[in-house]
Amino acid sequence: MIYFQGVSKAFGSHVVLDELDLDIPKGKITFILGKSGEGKSVTIKHIMGLLKPDKGRIIVDGFDISDYSKDEVRLYRRKFGMLFQHAALFDSMTVLDNVLFPLREHTVMSKKSMLSRANEVLEQTGLPHIKRKFPSELSTGEKKRVGLARALVAKPKILLYDEPTTGMDPLVCEMIDKLIVEVGNTEKELTSIVISHDLKAALATSHNIIMLYKGKVALSGSPDEFRSTKDPIVRQFFSGKIEGPMEFF
Amino acid sequence: MNLPAKFSFEIPEPILAWMGSAVKRVELSGRFIFYLREIFQQMFRRPFRQKILFQQIEFIGNQSVFIILLTGFATGAVFGLQIGGVFTVFNAEGMIGGATGIALATELAPLMTGFLLTGRAGSAMTAEIAIMKVNEQVDAMEAMGVHPIHYLVVPRVLASMIIMPFLCGIFMFIGVVGVYSIGVAVFHVDEGVFYEKLINLVKPADIMTGLRKMLIFSFIIAAISCRTGLAASKGAEGVGLATTNAVVRTLIFILLADFVISYIEVRWLS
Repeated sequence: MIYFQGVSKAFGSHVVLDELDLDIPKGKITFILGKSGEGKSVTIKHIMGLLKPDKGRIIVDGFDISDYSKDEVRLYRRKFGMLFQHAALFDSMTVLDNVLFPLREHTVMSKKSMLSRANEVLEQTGLPHIKRKFPSELSTGEKKRVGLARALVAKPKILLYDEPTTGMDPLVCEMIDKLIVEVGNTEKELTSIVISHDLKAALATSHNIIMLYKGKVALSGSPDEFRSTKDPIVRQFFSGKIEGPMEFF
Repeated sequence: MNLPAKFSFEIPEPILAWMGSAVKRVELSGRFIFYLREIFQQMFRRPFRQKILFQQIEFIGNQSVFIILLTGFATGAVFGLQIGGVFTVFNAEGMIGGATGIALATELAPLMTGFLLTGRAGSAMTAEIAIMKVNEQVDAMEAMGVHPIHYLVVPRVLASMIIMPFLCGIFMFIGVVGVYSIGVAVFHVDEGVFYEKLINLVKPADIMTGLRKMLIFSFIIAAISCRTGLAASKGAEGVGLATTNAVVRTLIFILLADFVISYIEVRWLS
């Protein structure tokens, strides 16, 4: 579904992605792990076409997106839904208007159909009762769920989660992890990509895990492969200890 | 002839710093030109966002009327007092309406309205967009395939260009009312003489000059305010900084544009 072939990206002299090869399967939940500064966000930005690689190719759904023009990228992004770290809801709009935004922008659906679809995703994320509220009136967990509803409403093919549980309390973390699994189970064709530091969540909820280290893939595989690996870098990341082969900047 | 085997020349540190700053400014200017081009391109792309356009017209227009009325009257009255004082020396108080009318129409009204709306509407545009930027709302828009310039900038630029010249017209009118009040109440100018001089001296072309200036100022206000908002970073501090920068830059550009327009009008068009 999504392939990186020898993708390199540097900012000045700082190399973030170094001939990265990775493979994200269709219809599965894939976690991209790594410590801060390892290029997780840069990877996601490449997938979305927000950044262009210095070298290499990115193939999504059989199309090489590396050479897309700005207008082509904007059209291409319509197949994505994205849940931002802080939800990034529009302050000036109600929850319902936030959820309707992608439909109003990109579809020619009737008002009735749009409302019906918005209600459907709000039900799915467990928020049918807060449609008229503004983001400032919501709790952090509710904001995340509205963000997820907005990401889902236009039936994206790929759903990106940017550090969905960072800075959340354990209960909200678990609720979001459950939602990721539920959404993945309901939408069979949906490819979910989660950028995270949360190893526990990755092992519990994903089908596939990719760990980045120094701009390359340190290990890619199923949760079971990760549990049984002897790779010292992955083991150190598991243990959360500073002592080990992993370099800190 | 003995030549040094290796010739090396070190550029002094202050010159290097100055060159770096000059290059950065050239780069910023280039980006701003691309931004302006993008505004014009996006203006003609669908969908036409009339709901946001009307919201912005209401925000800039309706909510700025009171301050325009107040400042317009005060400016006219004070200017009338000053000019009236001078004209009294020559027993020419009757000229007060005409003289202040021309000044208001061609210079004072567009400049004062531009300054007021920079503070009132331009800063609000910058703050709103800067907050959206630092809270990732602009990124979310991009991620959903919506062009931020099309959604955020174009409606604000168009709304400004529609409503700000209208506010400038109100400023002109209420400024003349201020002058009239002072002329009649303080300098005891005959009402008929006041009107006659005003109508004889202030031509429709003068009013058009002022409105034309305001049209350009309104573009400057909206374009710079939105651009500075979109370039904001670093949280709450960044929003404050962006707002201050937007106001300062807009005022400088308005003054520059005023000089250029006045020069062109005086030297070539009149």
